[in-house]
Amino acid sequence: MFGWEFPPHILGGLGTASYGLTKGLAAQGDMDITFCLPAPWGDEDKSFLNIIPMNHVPVVYREPDSNWLRERLGQQMDTQLYYDLRSNIYADFSYIGVNDIGAIEFSGRYPDNLHEEINNYSIVAGVIARQQQYDIIHAHDWLTYPAGIHAKQVSGKPLVIHVHATDFDRSRGQVNPTVYSIEKDGMDHADCIMCVSELTRQTVINQYHQDPNKCFAMHNAVYPLSDHVQQIVKERKPFREKKEKVVTFLGRITMQKGPEYFVEAAKMVIDRTRNIRFCMAGSGDMMADMIELAAHRGISDRIHFPGFMKGDAVFETFRDSDVYVMPSVSEPFGISPLEAMQSGVPSVISKQSGCGEILDKCIKTDYWDIEAMADAIHALCTNEAYHDYIEREGRNEVDQITWEKVGLRIRSHYNRLLGL
Amino acid sequence: MKTICLYFEIHQNIHLKRYRFFDIGTDHYYYDDYENERSIAETAEKSYIPSLKTLIAMAKENKGYFKCSLSLSGCSIELLEIYAPQVLELIQELVDTGCCEILAEPYSHGLASLGNEAAFRDEVKHLCDKVKNVFGQQPKIFRNSALIYTDEIGRIVHEMGFKGMLTEGAKQILGWKSPHYVYSCAQAPKLKLLLRDHGLSEDISYRFNDSNWSGYPLFADTYMDWIAQQPEEEQVYNLFMELCALGIFQPLSSNILDFMRALPQKAKERGITFSTCSEICSKFKAADTFSTPDPITWVGEESDISPWLGNDMQRDAFEKLYKIADRVLILPDKRIKQDWDYLQATNNFRFMSTKDASSGVYRGIYDSPYDAFTNYMNIISDFITRVNSYYPETDNEELSALLTTIRNQEDELELKNREIEKLRKTIHLLNKGNAATTKAKSAKNVEPKAAKAEKEVAEPEAKATTTKAKATTAKKKTATKAKKAE
Repeated sequence: MFGWEFPPHILGGLGTASYGLTKGLAAQGDMDITFCLPAPWGDEDKSFLNIIPMNHVPVVYREPDSNWLRERLGQQMDTQLYYDLRSNIYADFSYIGVNDIGAIEFSGRYPDNLHEEINNYSIVAGVIARQQQYDIIHAHDWLTYPAGIHAKQVSGKPLVIHVHATDFDRSRGQVNPTVYSIEKDGMDHADCIMCVSELTRQTVINQYHQDPNKCFAMHNAVYPLSDHVQQIVKERKPFREKKEKVVTFLGRITMQKGPEYFVEAAKMVIDRTRNIRFCMAGSGDMMADMIELAAHRGISDRIHFPGFMKGDAVFETFRDSDVYVMPSVSEPFGISPLEAMQSGVPSVISKQSGCGEILDKCIKTDYWDIEAMADAIHALCTNEAYHDYIEREGRNEVDQITWEKVGLRIRSHYNRLLGL
Repeated sequence: MKTICLYFEIHQNIHLKRYRFFDIGTDHYYYDDYENERSIAETAEKSYIPSLKTLIAMAKENKGYFKCSLSLSGCSIELLEIYAPQVLELIQELVDTGCCEILAEPYSHGLASLGNEAAFRDEVKHLCDKVKNVFGQQPKIFRNSALIYTDEIGRIVHEMGFKGMLTEGAKQILGWKSPHYVYSCAQAPKLKLLLRDHGLSEDISYRFNDSNWSGYPLFADTYMDWIAQQPEEEQVYNLFMELCALGIFQPLSSNILDFMRALPQKAKERGITFSTCSEICSKFKAADTFSTPDPITWVGEESDISPWLGNDMQRDAFEKLYKIADRVLILPDKRIKQDWDYLQATNNFRFMSTKDASSGVYRGIYDSPYDAFTNYMNIISDFITRVNSYYPETDNEELSALLTTIRNQEDELELKNREIEKLRKTIHLLNKGNAATTKAKSAKNVEPKAAKAEKEVAEPEAKATTTKAKATTAKKKTATKAKKAE
């Protein structure tokens, strides 16, 4: 498998999904998974899969001292694997700046020279593809598609690509041609395209002109909350004891997430009520605009911008929230409503969100229909029986959505590709 | 001899419009006129008009042999009056053939029987008056919304003077017993109960056009054979369904009307008769009592009230609505009373159902049960505010005590009115007698006597008005008291 992110060091939903998916697959027992990661930190959970750190894979022949090499690779990689990979170098890459062990450095993030890093990733993947034994190639998101194609050309094994998002979602239709070409190239070469929702599948079919027969919707799932997080969530105050209700938006404040609709809906609710506050957690390029918009509407005293949240802070925010809102304009899947529902927060999501396809016990509105959104928020904040019902049923529903089930469905596609 | 009791129900709810929470307090009109007109016109055209025409033809072809019963909710009568009067004319024509009995039901087609007894009685009476006005028939048999029945409801219905009531032959209550007998209510043994034959009714209303069903295609011959093959002592076959089963649930293209039209002839060949509901109530003796403390209905495999009050949202909406029932009943505002009728309709609760139904769920303008709930609660909030502007919400025990007193006094007045009526009749008779015996005497002498008698009658009436006035002042007093307390 080729991926870009893996917990605990994640930047977005991709890492979480990669983790859940591999773990769900590993639960089947007869599955060996090798996960290629640009720059792992070393504290990743390796109990159910092998991680190959791409920044330690040699692409230029070097002869380091074995003791020093052992120290240099540390826990990340076995020296034997280094030597095996070294014997599979297939071309001279010394023109690329390589380090003392003949490997390329990766940031593992989304730097400005992302395209260069994607290219390097693909070069390294070629070495790995020649050395490793495998039956299926699985590439997550467009950053790793070139690597996937490379591996397929080397080995002739079937390529599965996993579309976690497309550039159409990220840009509201104004696609970046370079990104689009990489995405399209990956899809054209794939034997099977797994999309995180039917919504994404339709984008792939219509915008990338793919054969519907090789595109499948493969919805994400969530892992049960850890004990530690459950402790946090348990401190939630009962609905009736809270004098002030809190409505939360949590995510990147960017065009894709539809933050302005949240502010406009907030304005409608605040005009009519006295005890509802709004919280817009996250950061992004539209944050300043949103603060200005809130001020312009005269609701700055009731809408708050606490900034980027991660780790426990996310669940602390959920604990203190009474309604979670995700007004995304286009959301391939959107895992956060599932997490909110796990924490007992009723969710209002846009109909343009992929996760809505597998959720029933939440309120769905069109992202542009701020009246409906305001109405839903108001009802959840003022009606206790309704709130409790959605809270309880929502939690039950999400508990049924597991990665193990997703793993089984992915497996059935693998089997089909392998003719089993 | 076996007999079939064919009964159709006509109900269309008044559709609510999209009502946001910021409309609360500013907009008091809750209805979607376009949808109302569209849906009633569609139903009338596709179902009511052709099926009523068929029923009339059946009545004329089999004069005195074919019989059926019909009931309409108040809301649907109002809708038909406005948008499809030709349907009412057809019903009148059917009633005029003498083969059709009209039954009573709650005016709003609501759940008042489970929520508030006084409101329930009030709206049943309202409907009986309406039916009397429109069709000139006084209903003698009662059917509740969705055939909801408990022993308690049976008792109330009996007290209102009905001879019989329709309900579902619910398997969980009947057990091994057959619905093909007349039963009696456990709390009011004089009230006869007609139990719907679930299977035979739904063969027509749900399965007729289902090509996967083993009985498909169904012919009138086969259907009558099924009834004829039942044991001889099982004599009553209650086929209850919505009238829109003919034409909407089962499209006209399925030839459902030809099937219906053939029924009387095929029944006659097998010696099976038709009866109206009251005929069955007077002809048959109750075979046993039928007792259920929990509500049963004619919907679903479980035949319980879960489609309307199955989840917390529905129960919450129900409680909020009937909490104000007492106050609405004593309100003088006609528009509020009208809204009260429309808001109670069971459909509003059905839209909020989260139950998986085997047949596709119709949700009206709503996307989801949550949408339906939010919209309904917004409207209810506005409605409650309007009621509160007349009589503020109080948990004042004194007030409720006074309300009971008022109610008791009303009963007393009713009694007195009846007495007056009786006295008047006696006086009238006396006068007649006098006139007969004193034929010789001139009419002049009689007149003052009659006037005197009338005076006597007028006196208690005056008394009655004073008591009523007292009651209203008491009401006002408590209202001001309550305000002060606030």
